[in-house]
Amino acid sequence: MRKMWLIFGGASAIYVVLAMLMGVLPGFALSKIAPTPGLEPLTPLEAEGREVYVANGCSYCHTQQVRPVPQDRVYGRPSAPGDFAYQTPELLGSQRTGPDLTNIGARQPSATWHYIHLYNPRAVVPESIMPPYAWLFETVEEPPANQVTVPLPEPWAPDEGVVVPTRKAEALVAYLLSLRQPPLPGTDGGTSAQRAATASDGMPHAAGSPEHAMAPEPAAPTGADYQYDPARGAALYTSTCAACHLPTGKGVPGAFPPLAGNTAVNDPDPARHVRVILDGLQGEEIDGVFYASPMPPFGASLDDREIADIVNHERSSWGNDGALVTPAEVAAIRRAANE
Amino acid sequence: MQGASDAAQKPHPAQQQDSTGDRDALRAVVVGYTLTAVFWLLVATGVGLILAYKLGAPDFAPGPWFTFGRLRAVHTNATFYGFATLALVGLACYVAASSSRAALYSTRLAWAGLVLFNLACLAGTVALCLGYNDGNLEYREWPWPIRVIFLAALGVTAGNLIGTVAARKTEDIYLANWYTVGATLFTCVIATVGVLPWYQQGLGQVSVSGYYMHNAVGLWFTPLMLGIFYYALPKRLNRPIYSYALGVLAFWTNLVFYPIIGAHHFLFTPLPWWLQTTAIVFSVAMFVPVWGGTANFLLTMRGRVSDMVHSYSLLFMFVGVIGYLVGSSQGTFEAFRSLQEVWHFTNFTVGHSHLTMYGFISFGIFGTVYALLPLATGRRASRFGMAVHFWLALVGSFIYVISLSVGGTIQGLDWMAGKPFIQSVIDLQPFFIWRGVGGLMMFLSHVVFAWNVWRIAYGREPAPAAVPQASLARQAAA
Repeated sequence: MRKMWLIFGGASAIYVVLAMLMGVLPGFALSKIAPTPGLEPLTPLEAEGREVYVANGCSYCHTQQVRPVPQDRVYGRPSAPGDFAYQTPELLGSQRTGPDLTNIGARQPSATWHYIHLYNPRAVVPESIMPPYAWLFETVEEPPANQVTVPLPEPWAPDEGVVVPTRKAEALVAYLLSLRQPPLPGTDGGTSAQRAATASDGMPHAAGSPEHAMAPEPAAPTGADYQYDPARGAALYTSTCAACHLPTGKGVPGAFPPLAGNTAVNDPDPARHVRVILDGLQGEEIDGVFYASPMPPFGASLDDREIADIVNHERSSWGNDGALVTPAEVAAIRRAANE
Repeated sequence: MQGASDAAQKPHPAQQQDSTGDRDALRAVVVGYTLTAVFWLLVATGVGLILAYKLGAPDFAPGPWFTFGRLRAVHTNATFYGFATLALVGLACYVAASSSRAALYSTRLAWAGLVLFNLACLAGTVALCLGYNDGNLEYREWPWPIRVIFLAALGVTAGNLIGTVAARKTEDIYLANWYTVGATLFTCVIATVGVLPWYQQGLGQVSVSGYYMHNAVGLWFTPLMLGIFYYALPKRLNRPIYSYALGVLAFWTNLVFYPIIGAHHFLFTPLPWWLQTTAIVFSVAMFVPVWGGTANFLLTMRGRVSDMVHSYSLLFMFVGVIGYLVGSSQGTFEAFRSLQEVWHFTNFTVGHSHLTMYGFISFGIFGTVYALLPLATGRRASRFGMAVHFWLALVGSFIYVISLSVGGTIQGLDWMAGKPFIQSVIDLQPFFIWRGVGGLMMFLSHVVFAWNVWRIAYGREPAPAAVPQASLARQAAA
């Protein structure tokens, strides 16, 4: 019996101490961390959406944590301890089969895009392997007057009727749109995605710093040595624009305007084309069609060379034949907007 | 001497009656645990196959109950708490009774444990499919009432094993039982810490997730499997463990180092830097129990390579030991920040988790089931059946782990090169296909395993003597 007490009792006692030290005590201490200033608790609808996210295991493919490493800069500023104060259960995730979602509300502020993407991800991202969530939607013949409808691209739309989100889909999209990092106090808004968010939605940012002063220095010389590189333009378009305007440039009817054959894209004067990329756009008529969903501004997150590359890709693809631009021209249009 | 051996061969009638009854009871218990484990293996890896297919054909089986995010948790929990737990607990009962030369303390408790484990797994699986979980918290997704049922099963098992060992005929506790009983007691603590809510808000829950994930694999499955190796290997080889002292050292160092390394799952998060760094340092210290334990097993097998050629149970156990060594050492390297930067969030980690849970634990289970179950039932499976199982599983798992390790590395490098995210998805596709090929072979091998287990439980071929005749002759000649 003595041996049993020594070995089993002793080992268990050691283990209990270690479990307290490595599990319970850090848990208590870290549970008390104050929320990051500017972080708001979720609204009831957003909280419901978070439950839908959890019930369907979204964390197994999407993380919600930004690491202090260079390759994570595209997702926002490094996550701070107080960012997770309202996140129980924790959703940090351990796999990126899909991208990190910490700032998805800033990166993709269009509810319409989220509805289409959830219904079937391949409608907006053809190579996506994300599951379809059509069962979060219903197809009805006559939607009520104020009901949000989902404008699906041709091959994905039902033969008859109109797709509308259920309560669960509305909640989930509300939750996704709430995902944006508050800037850390004393900073100018942090990294590129975060600056795009503060610029577009009027959230408070550091006093005395006009939005356009946050624009970064152009990365490359804007003089005669600019050579448009089609591969670079295509890659930038893929990462930044293709989710809505599609790799084919066709957009989604009624939701995201096509760039193929677009008036501003083919206009010899690139001012309008560049202005829309710098400032974003919402609620305007383009080539005779009205678009309600917002396009975010990219003036703070893209430099002049990157915008020139994207503009040139759009102007030389899908049958478009607009005059190409240089970073110097983009810089001039940016300055003109400030005056 | 003649009188003594007469006495040994003709026990008191009452004793003989009891020991036959005890042997029958033990056999029924071990068969029950093993058969239900096999059932969950087929379910869990069948789900794994569906998941693998969906990564190449994401529109397959749409609808809420089979959506990827719900099935993923079904797969992990059913392999862990259905297959691996049931198989290992059944074997642990056999090891406790046999090494102590005592009857199982209470067959009723053993059956209660069997029912509770299976009930928890069934309820948990259904709950997850219906969308009920306590968070996407890895390996503890079952709603908490179901995890309490699992905890009850653990408690019942601990009591039974301790009671059995307490009735042992020797003064010393055989080393295998240190590991198996210890594992059960530690896991009662892990399950309790994992389920109480008072210290699990926000970042606090993150630190508990790191603790839980790693302690579940390091203080439940690892010591349970190692303990059973410590019985099955000497039994199969008819020779003692190479070094008792080394086994004791590995026991205590595993216990003390493993709990400290949980935070290595959360490097680069806002968890305290000192917690992360301590985890990395002790991840290196883990070389002591891992290499020490592996050396112990390999040296126990020294000079018996020819036996392995004739014995699939030994071959499975050998692969299990190598899986333990390679998988755990890989884990140490993955804990370094420089390598985590590339591999974190990629499929490299999925390769690692399968190298360990399959290459170590599952191969170990297959080997020890083939070694010990025939001793309990007196029947055997065919050599051909075990051979087909072995080669399908081995080749399949190699393809699986290698394809995901390469694909995952490419994923991480794509991100570091600043490529658009979707590029990493496109680049992974061929590796997902290869993983599916490997996974299909593994699944088919489980069907063969199920058939072999059926033969050992209810077949008609009697098991041969525990010791291969060739090595007996060699020992006699030496």
